[in-house]
Amino acid sequence: MRQRLPAIVSLLVVGGALAGLPFTLSGYHVGLAAQVGIFFVAVLGLNILTGYTGQISIGHGAFMAIGGYTTAVMSQDHHTNLVLTMLMAFAICFVVGLLVGLPALRLSGVYLALATFALAVSVPQLPLKWSKFLGGRDGVQTSKTVSHLWLYGAAWTASAILFVLAWLILRGRVGRAFRAVRDSEIAAVASGIELPVYKTLAFGISAAYAGVAGSLFVLATNGFAEPSEFGVVLSLQILVGAAVAGLGSLWGVLAGAAFVGLLPAVSSSVPVIGSDHGRDVVFGSAVVLVMLLLPDGFAGLFARVRRFARA
Amino acid sequence: MATLESFRPRLRDRAALGGVVPPVSLLLVAGAAGLLVGSLRSEVFAQLTVQGLALGAVYGGLALALVLVYRATHVVNFAQGELAMATTYVAYQLIHWGLSYWEAFFATLAIAFVLGLVLEVALVRPVQHRSVIAAVIVTVGLFILIDGVVNWIWGGDFKYMQSPFGTKVYSVGGVSIARLYPGMLGVVVISVLLVWALFRFTKLGLGMRAAALRPAESALVGVRVDWMLAIGWGLAAVLGAVAGLMAEPSQFVLEPTLMQPILVYAFAAAVLGGLDSPAGAVVGGLAIGVSLNLVVQYVPSISSELQAPFAFAVLVAVLLLKPSGLFGHREVRRV
Repeated sequence: MRQRLPAIVSLLVVGGALAGLPFTLSGYHVGLAAQVGIFFVAVLGLNILTGYTGQISIGHGAFMAIGGYTTAVMSQDHHTNLVLTMLMAFAICFVVGLLVGLPALRLSGVYLALATFALAVSVPQLPLKWSKFLGGRDGVQTSKTVSHLWLYGAAWTASAILFVLAWLILRGRVGRAFRAVRDSEIAAVASGIELPVYKTLAFGISAAYAGVAGSLFVLATNGFAEPSEFGVVLSLQILVGAAVAGLGSLWGVLAGAAFVGLLPAVSSSVPVIGSDHGRDVVFGSAVVLVMLLLPDGFAGLFARVRRFARA
Repeated sequence: MATLESFRPRLRDRAALGGVVPPVSLLLVAGAAGLLVGSLRSEVFAQLTVQGLALGAVYGGLALALVLVYRATHVVNFAQGELAMATTYVAYQLIHWGLSYWEAFFATLAIAFVLGLVLEVALVRPVQHRSVIAAVIVTVGLFILIDGVVNWIWGGDFKYMQSPFGTKVYSVGGVSIARLYPGMLGVVVISVLLVWALFRFTKLGLGMRAAALRPAESALVGVRVDWMLAIGWGLAAVLGAVAGLMAEPSQFVLEPTLMQPILVYAFAAAVLGGLDSPAGAVVGGLAIGVSLNLVVQYVPSISSELQAPFAFAVLVAVLLLKPSGLFGHREVRRV
């Protein structure tokens, strides 16, 4: 228990700060904080797959698109409750993730990166093809839109629930199996771990998280699900978030999500950079710099600081 | 006494088409024959084939750039397409400043070479030995960075370049074919042949092959492995620039997303040919280009929106059925 104390205290501090935040911020900033929450969910999910199980994915934007379209279509066609659509996004993406995980079993490293990248490019093309059902280029809109505050609450409640869920999954038997697969597939098999089961499971869980993030993402854009917002860059952003967070760490995820969610917005309000495109320059350079200077992301930095403080 | 020359016979089988097995060559001959017969019977088919080959050459050029980088540094460069797009903007700017098209073309290739070299030395070398994920993320960061820089300097609106091949239309056996397509095909094929000759016949090329495939041994005979790998990146950037410059007239406009779909086709082409086979990349590119064009025309349920998903399907199918591609070598993993 005493070892856990710092973790519990920091969890309470972060939770308390997040609960108090909306009362001190303007509407725009609450929206921004909600954005960070959305990325938190997505980065957390990818971290389970890439960080803990060692399977790279550049295709998580595709799962977000599926989750987002689930929310938009269910809300528009059936007026389903928005929270319920998030649960549906979770379930549907879990199944889709398992299905994607099956062929991915035979791929690793660079090849998995290529296949998932192609997935990210392909999925946003599908609404253009089945435009009657999925709205084509103009997209689908939910029947209800939500306020910044609602979104903030939903995003961070989902984050909290999914964080605890991730912690529960990763601390036990399943998490051990994931890490064994990451560290050495051969050693894992030799210890009786069934690779196909755990690899597809990791894909499913990870995709389910991305699905929830996608449905929140759609709500954040006035309830519009459009092909253009789920472009390749979204997938790249999530991967960058996971890398910046530090693969294989739950604590870094907050930093990774803040990096992806805030840096573009913050840098576009700096006068010299100013324009919309300057922020991509800042973001891209920051990504490259972080990868060069902090090989283990912010989680590695935290660990280093902790060691330094103790010494 | 081991010399660099003694590497030549040992590298040959891996560098050239050595691994071609009879079924693959039969498949290629059958494909070519099918295209020829179809072209003789239908004018539309012939036009689509020529256009597909020209586009396929562009995909093949970019795929070859990816393969060169992969062989040299075992990194898949996700920014290769964006790099090609950026160099195409450089050419646009040079023409805007008053250079003729072909002056700008060659100046751009030189700039691309330096750019590729610098990127390898500054960004890729530090992470290259760390992990696949780290290297991929650096190239992803580069993707976003280049995209941002181009948008910053030139803006996101359409730009127009003069067509290097004019608007002339040839008539071959009653089939009218725009001069653009044979032009694209010719430029890419000549560039690819020059790169091939460089690798095959020069000492520099031999050094680069040795450095890529047997780094430790070649360092022992005095090859400067680091520099060879950096030059490999430079050459890849040059090929990418050729692909970008030839892609532009086929799309008729220049915009920052020019190369994004083409990158996916190039990935599919590189995987189809075998990720470590240069010849495979070119053949794969031509095959993807032609089949995309024909499939969209003749298979009713696959419309042009489904081109990227089609390429994705090809990519996944190849990876599942024959991960080494048509010409690649099976990866042997040491346990």
